[in-house]
This record gives sequence, C-alpha cells and structure tokens, in this order.
Amino acid sequence: MKRHLISAADLTRDDAVLILDTAEEMARVADRPIKKLPTLRGRTVVNLFFEDSTRTRISFEAAAKRLSADVINFSAKGSSVSKGESLKDTALTLEAMGADAVVIRHHASGAPYRLANSGWIDGAVVNAGDGTHEHPTQALLDAFTMRRRLVGRDAGLGKDLSGRRITVVGDVLHSRVARSNVHLLNTLGAEVTLVAPPTLVPVGVETWPCEVSYDLDAVLPKSDAVMMLRVQRERMNAAFFPTEREYSRRYGLDGDRMARMPEHAIVMHPGPMNRGMEITAEVADSDRCTAVEQVANGVSTRMAVLYLLLGGSEPAVTTPRTEESN
Amino acid sequence: MDAHRDASPGASATSAARPVLEAPDIARVLTRIAHEIVERAKGADDVVLLGIPTRGVFLARRLADKLQEITGGAIAVGSLDITMYRDDLRLRPARALARTEIPGGGIDGRLVILVDDVLFSGRTIRAALDALNDIGRPRAVQLAVLVDRGHRELPIRADYVGKNLPTSLRETVKVQLTEEDGRDSVLLGMRATAPAAGQ
Repeated sequence: MKRHLISAADLTRDDAVLILDTAEEMARVADRPIKKLPTLRGRTVVNLFFEDSTRTRISFEAAAKRLSADVINFSAKGSSVSKGESLKDTALTLEAMGADAVVIRHHASGAPYRLANSGWIDGAVVNAGDGTHEHPTQALLDAFTMRRRLVGRDAGLGKDLSGRRITVVGDVLHSRVARSNVHLLNTLGAEVTLVAPPTLVPVGVETWPCEVSYDLDAVLPKSDAVMMLRVQRERMNAAFFPTEREYSRRYGLDGDRMARMPEHAIVMHPGPMNRGMEITAEVADSDRCTAVEQVANGVSTRMAVLYLLLGGSEPAVTTPRTEESN
Repeated sequence: MDAHRDASPGASATSAARPVLEAPDIARVLTRIAHEIVERAKGADDVVLLGIPTRGVFLARRLADKLQEITGGAIAVGSLDITMYRDDLRLRPARALARTEIPGGGIDGRLVILVDDVLFSGRTIRAALDALNDIGRPRAVQLAVLVDRGHRELPIRADYVGKNLPTSLRETVKVQLTEEDGRDSVLLGMRATAPAAGQ
C-alpha cells in the first residue's frame, strides 16, 4: 500500500482485498464486550474537517478510538481557518503537534493530494472526501458491504467482486462517492453502470472504466447491487433537471422498481438520504436496503485503513504476498 | 516463537535442516499432552483450547480431538490472533490479521489453555494474555506448546511441553503441520546469517 490514501485508484487489487479482509476481522471486535484494541496506542490521528460532515467524522473518530489512538478534531468552523489561515499553516501547526495521520475533508478537490505531497507534514494523509473528486474510504466500505452481502462474510475472505454488476444511480456529476466507487469496483473486478440524467453525467466519463445509461428500468433487472446517490442540492447551482418530481419519477427508487431487481440484489445509499427524492421510504426501510449496515461497516473499514497505514513501521506490504500473518 | 518465524529460513536453510520430531512423534506427544490436561484439570469439562494462528490453531484442533476421545465429551476449541497486541508492531510493516474465534460459551470462568507450536522469547504468549484480558476473565490460563526451544525474554513458562529442545540462537526451529505444510515434522536448522538482537 502507498503511504497515503488519496484516491481509490491508488489501491491495487491486493491492497483492496487486504483492507476488506482486515475490516472483516475488525468487525468481529465490535461483537466483543471490550471493543478496543491497543494497537495504535500513543499515535495521534487528526480529523481535519473543512466541510460539514457528521457521519464520516464520527466514523473516523470511532475507528481511531477503537484502536486506542488519540484523536484531535479540527473543524474549520470556529477555528483559525475562519480567520483566514492557509492550508499550509494549518498543516504546519498539526505537524508541530505531532500528528501521525491526518484525515482530511475539504471542499476543494485535490486538497488532500496537496497536503500529502507538499512536504508540510510527515504523517499519513487519508482523504475523507475532497470536493467532487474522491472519497476512497466510502468506496471501501461500500465494497465491504457488497462483498459481505453478495459473496458472504467468511466465504468472501480473500475474494474480490469479480463478475458482480453494480449500478450507481443519480448525481454522478457532483459525487466523489461515485468516482471512488467506479475506480475501486473496477479494480475489484466488478462491472459498474452509471445511471443518471445526461446533465448529471460528468464530462470525460467515457474514459472511466464503466458503462453509462440513462434508463434505470432497463438496468435494474441485471444489477446485483443498486447504489442510490443523494441529489446534492447544496452543489446544484444550475438547472440540472426540470423538477424534483420529474427526477424522482425517472431516477428515484420506489417499491415497484425494487421489485424488478433480482431477488438477491441489495439497495445501497451512502447517506444522508433524501426520502421521497432518490429513494422512497418503503425502499429505505426494507431489508434489502443496507444504509444502516454501511454506517457500521464504515467504522470497521476505517479501522482497517488506519491500522494498515499506521500499525507498523510502514504501511502494509501486499506484493509479493508473504506469510505475514504467521 | 516470534523470532523463529521472523527469521524463518529461506529454502536453502530449510534443506539443511534436520528433523527432530516426525509425524508419529508429534501424534504421540499430543496424545500425552491430552492425557496430562485431563489429569491436571480433573476431566476437561470447562477447558477451552485457544490456538494461536497459524499452526497453534491446528494443534489446538488436534488436541481437542484427542481430548474428546479420552473424555467422550465435546471440547470447546477456537483461535486467538495476537497480531494487534504484539510489542514489535512498529519494527515491521503493518501485518495482515488472522482470525480470532472464541467458542460460543465464552471464556469467563473457564480453564483456557493457549496452544502454540514453538515457545521461544515468550512475547507471543505475553501478547496472548493481553488479548485474553479484553475478551473475558478465565478461571485460569495454561499454556501448551509442541516445542520449547528456550531463550525466554519474559517470565513465562509452559504447563504442557511436547518436547524440550535446547537450541542456540543461531539455530532455527520450524514446525510443519499437514494442514498448512502438507507434512508433519519439526525441523532444526541453521540460520543463514547472524541473528538479529532480540526480536
């Protein structure tokens, strides 16, 4: 593995499978009376959040704390950043405090890359979502959820998602989740189809390793997992579709559409959900919807990422495959 | 144990290794340990065998089979991965994890017997004791090993030893088990280079 996790595209198949396998063991810790491991004792993880986020921040915080790391939460609101401090000066401050890892969420695409490659800090940088670019740990927890549901908890160990057909529906243009998922799922051997109105498909999508369709009903019967993306109203500064009602008619998932999916297929949502918009309450509350499971899996997956990046003298080595666990 | 693995010899060193225990010896030794457990635990009703991955798990399962033959009752058996409790994590790249499987009845109030292939520095067992602490509170903890090669770095000893094997630090002890290596044997070899200090 590389020293930082900036993009899902940086992960090889072996890296990704190692993270998923490690997450599976981490998930078992959650079933114990003492849900804590001493592994990252004495290490400091800084959550550097320039953009509002509740679930991702508390997920990373829970993950770091379960591994006994010290956690410092730094949010732009009410901090020196609101007084005009630059990313560089913030980074130098964190470095001076001895951060072993910086988990960064930023509204600007590329901020984590800049932080990792600037030489401002020595620690590992984990991208927790940058602009409309990437959100690699979300893609990892999605892949983890898919592998658990479609391949099996124990049967999935060591395996990827080859041959599985994953459909990602909605606001692909503004979605870092979609971008990270396309890269990671492709690395794991899955076939990805993006479904969105033409206005919400990014320019250059033809270079992505996936198919694009504008017709949800045609794709649903051949999907093993359907991932509904949130319509990001806060990023909608132009008219991407005529009305919300029309969007939800053509691209929303309701009970009738769900019935057209194969029996084993699951419905995923990275949250937060807009009930009635991209997903109806009927679907959101059904057994096939993994939204809540994804939150729990998020903690396990982030524990795995933090452990593999910080748990040794250097990040885990995946190639060549050694008898490391012996 | 850690160090013997950390320095596990390459193919060339293994070829020069000589067997000190063969398959029938290992079977005999495990049978004896099983009888010792029954004798000391006055039956084996509350025994939980926890193997330390990788080879300790196979040994624990074999011991459980033997105990079942002797006592006629079911024996709880599982595995305990100690990777995240090791004291040398920062000396090497992050390691892959192995499975921890605690039997359904838990370990509270039971007699836990840790099972490993080689007892060497004792650091693995120290880590295992820490790991147990997070899982429950056994009535007592004991240790069974196939080979005790000496050179302890911590005040730890085994309760059941298959074979005491006095070694020098320049020697390597390699346990092979059918489940993992296709054959049963314990090999004593020579290290290719001088041993690193400590672990």
